[in-house]
Formats: sequence, C-alpha cells, structure tokens
Amino acid sequence: MLIERTWKRWVYFYIPLTVFVVGTLFPFYWMLITAIRPDAELYRSWRAATNTPFWTLQPTLEHFRDLMAKTTFPQWLWNTFFIAVASTAISLFCGLLAGYALARLRFPMAGALGTSIFVTYLVPPTLLFIPLANIIRTFQLGDTPWALILTYPTFLIPFCTWLLMGYFKTIPKELEECARIDGATRFGAMLRIIFPIAVPGILSAGIFAFTLSWNEFIYALVFLSSPEKKTVPVGVVSELIRGDIYFWGQLMAGALLGSIPVALVYSFFVEYYVTGLTGSVKG
Amino acid sequence: MNKPIAGGAGSAAGLEVVLPHPRTTQPQRLTRLLENERALAALLLAPAVVILGTFIAYPFIMGVWLSLSSTSVGNAGEFVGVKNFAKAWNDSIFRTAFGNTFFYTFWATLFKLTLGMWLALLLNRHFRGKRIVRASMLLPFIVPTVLSTFAWRWMFDPTFSVLNWLLFRADLITTKLPFLSDGTYGMWCAIVVNTWRGMPFFAITLLAGLQTINPDLHEASSLDGANGWKRFWYVTWPLLKPVTIVVVVFSVIQTFSDFQLIYVLTGGGPANSTHLLATYAYQVGVATGLLGEGAAISLFMLPVLFVVVWLQLRYLRRMEGA
Repeated sequence: MLIERTWKRWVYFYIPLTVFVVGTLFPFYWMLITAIRPDAELYRSWRAATNTPFWTLQPTLEHFRDLMAKTTFPQWLWNTFFIAVASTAISLFCGLLAGYALARLRFPMAGALGTSIFVTYLVPPTLLFIPLANIIRTFQLGDTPWALILTYPTFLIPFCTWLLMGYFKTIPKELEECARIDGATRFGAMLRIIFPIAVPGILSAGIFAFTLSWNEFIYALVFLSSPEKKTVPVGVVSELIRGDIYFWGQLMAGALLGSIPVALVYSFFVEYYVTGLTGSVKG
Repeated sequence: MNKPIAGGAGSAAGLEVVLPHPRTTQPQRLTRLLENERALAALLLAPAVVILGTFIAYPFIMGVWLSLSSTSVGNAGEFVGVKNFAKAWNDSIFRTAFGNTFFYTFWATLFKLTLGMWLALLLNRHFRGKRIVRASMLLPFIVPTVLSTFAWRWMFDPTFSVLNWLLFRADLITTKLPFLSDGTYGMWCAIVVNTWRGMPFFAITLLAGLQTINPDLHEASSLDGANGWKRFWYVTWPLLKPVTIVVVVFSVIQTFSDFQLIYVLTGGGPANSTHLLATYAYQVGVATGLLGEGAAISLFMLPVLFVVVWLQLRYLRRMEGA
C-alpha cells in the first residue's frame, strides 16, 4: 500500500474534499436559509454591520405558508407528479419491449434500428421545441398534461431502451432456452422469465426517467399556459415573479419543496440510480 | 397460474405444467405469429417506433420545413428558401449567441472534466463517511436545474449578493461585482453554475470507471518509481479514456443545447449579450412568434450535434471491433 505523510493527506485530500463538499452544498444551504428568513432581514444592505447572512435569529415559515395558500403551488406539485409518473410508465413499457427485441431477437435492420434509437437519445429537446409546439397545437393537446406525457417519452424511451437492452444482454440466454424447451412460448418466456430477472434494471431506468421528467423545463414552458396546469419548474419561474419583483423567500421555499420529492426518490434508490447512471454510460 | 420464480429450472418446470395445449385456432394463430422472431420484433418495437416517429422524426422534418418558410403564429407562411438562415447570420445578436454557445460549451466542459476527475480521484479513496459524501455530491445533478439556478441567481443578486458580502468581508473587493448585470461576468457566472451542476455526473461516472482499474497496476508502477502524477498520467488516464469520451460527448451535447440555465440566470440579458442558440431561438420563435426564424436558429445547432454524434458512433464501432 502507498504510505502518505499526515500533512500530505491534509493538503492533497481533506482540504480539497472539504472545498468540494462546501461548494456543492452551499447553494442548498442558501436556499434553506433564505426560505426561513423573514422579509425584513432578507432585504438588508450587503454592507450593513448588523448583517448576519449565514443564519437567522427569527426563523419563520411565513414563506411556505404563503406559497401553499396564496399560489397554486400544491397543484403544480400534483401536476408534475402525475406527468412524471405517466410518462415514466409509458417509457418503461416501450423501453422494456424494444430493449428486449433489440437485445434478443434477430431480424433485418436490427443494427440500424438500434443505432437510430441511440441517435434519438442524443437529440436535445431544444432542437425540436418549435415544430413540436406546432404539432401539439395540431393535435389539440396544447395546455393539457397530455402534451407533456406524450412528448417526454421522446427522450425517456431511448434512454430506457438503451439501459434495459444492456441489462437484458447480461442475462444468460440459457434461462430462456430452458423455458422454451419446457414448452413456454417466446413471448411467455420473455414475460415470465426475463422481465422478473430484469427488475433492478427496470427500477433504475424508472427512477432515472422519473427524475428526468420531474426536471424537464422547455417543453413544459412552451406547451402549457394556464397557471393551474403548470409544472413546478415552470410555475416557479413564471408565477412567483410578478412583473420585475422577485419574491425570494417564496421562490426559495418553492425551490426547496420542488426539489424534495426527487431528492427523496433518489435517496431511497441511490444505489440503483448510480448503477443506472454509470451503466447507461458504459452501455 | 403459478407465479414464476425468477430464474432456475423450477419455474420453467412449473410453466410446463400450467400451459395447456391450446385447441382453439385463434390463440394458436397468435401464438404461432409470436413464435416468429420477425413478427414478434415488429410487435415489440412498434410502440417505441410510433412515439419516436411522431414526436421526433415528424417534428424534425417539420422543423426543416418551418425554417425554410415565413411561418409565424397565426400565419401559415410560404416557402422562402434559406432567407431565415441568411437573416440570422447577418443578425448581430445571433452572432453573439452563436459565439457564446461555443464559449460556454468549451469552458464549462473543460471545468467539469477537470474538477470531476479530481473529485472522482478524491472519492475513490477510503475515508470515514464516504457513502454520505458520495451521495450528497450528486445532489446538484438530481435537483431540477431551474430551481437550483434560482438559488444561484439569488446568490448573484445585484443588491443582496452573499458572494459580494463574502468577498467584501475578505477584503478582496471594495465595490460590488456586477455578476449578472454585465455580459462578460454573466457568461462566466453561467459557466460556473453549469460546472457546479454537471460536475457530479462526471465525478460519479469517472469514479465508476476508476473502480474497475486494478490496484495492482498502481502498486506495480509505484514500485517502478512512478510518482502520483505519473501514475495518473500513464496508468489511470489511458484506462479511463473510453468512459471519459462517452461522458464528454453527453456533456457537450447537453451544454451546447442548454436552455434553462441561461433562461433563469440572465434571460439572455443584459442587452442580449448572454444568449445561447437555444434561448435566442426561444425568444424569436416563441416569445416573438416568428416560428420560421426561430426554427432556423435552433437548426444552427444541428451541424455541431451531428459531428459530435458521428464521432461518438465511430468511436463506439471501433471499440466493438477491437
């Protein structure tokens, strides 16, 4: 093993790591402290001698109360949740079937199809939002959750397919062959043998898809217009700023509450999440 | 029907018992169809292909058509050739946005790679609280970009910036820094926020790559007299290269097409000096309603994305061939 002197360990390890941790987490701390600080304290000159920017002596929940009572924030939370769950479900369904077909079945154009699904994964939403808005209008889906439930899968399906395809490839073919010899149909073997084994892969694809749709912004911004139909990111941007006035207390309270669901999902499944993340990159 | 147990011969045997031989012709025909690999593949791929076709391929074609037309909101427009592209190219705001996009992508990716690599090397060591530190490092990547960018915007606030306060207290500045009220500062602020948000992705992915490297290699090279830097450069880096290339490609695509960060942080201002291609396309196409011109501006992203994707595919092919 490589041996290090103590001072070296401090200089090369503890100090840089501390800087990274503080730098990464400070904005979240700042969000929290702003959200519980009374307005009188928020807007005080940066040079004031009595300024105590890093903590507050009069913590208050007033911003959270205003956010819940005076804005449609609870409705935005529900919208975001509903849209994220529905689009994740659609994407998992399509991704499971397509991933299985690409990993296991031989058919003409398999390679080309696999490549084109991979390429759609790399198409950024910002390239297509203007024509998509037109299409949404033609289908009369504008300002409904379906505009997002149907378009989010465009970036979720390629991702799910790619991740699950990699996962299916790691499952030995023999398992399926045994089932088939015992009389299972191809479809039956897929449904009852392969899918149950792939549950960890499905879970990581699902978590990832959920966080991606929770975070999506530009489609939601362009396709939705009624305040009560918006998702959290769009609602916070467009409804909590009135004219040129920023209600920073409410904004930070909203940012905090809007982050908690994804942070919770993530903290419960952190292992799956990391495997999914790294697996998708290596796949 | 028996519940299948994942894997093992037991479940397969169970299936044999519960599957009756179908007598009716209808299910039999369906079963036979599903036994055909091509038919089954077509069936399984259909949902994905329909959705991707309707909401990616079709909009793409429509985007190309829009960019060649004078369409605006409420006006069907007509074919105008490359007029929109020419107009954008001669527009000084567009030129700024175009340059900004490259500047932003280059520096943000460089910082994310360097800092992400450094962080990955730090996290790869053993220390107390390793799990919690690793988990918390991913937070910026998990939390919705728009929401965390608001926290940054508040930190960069012209009047109440905590960063100004810190720098002032540390005697590093005497007057406030114009974080977002100056174009050049604004661009660098956006790069900082983008780096903050994207670095965890680099770190965690590179960490996963680092963990596949056999420690014996390091031991052997240090016995041969290689110091820390040399061990990184001649052992770690070559082995990490494949993972690094994949992460960089993803990051370049995302950064190059970024929208939300600039939209929230500066809104393209002051005086349109911090627009990226995506935010400018939004301003022209959606806020102003000139759909044709907006579509043309966002299509300017295509050549770069195309080159990046092409390089990536070529690299993947070569890896598979090797």
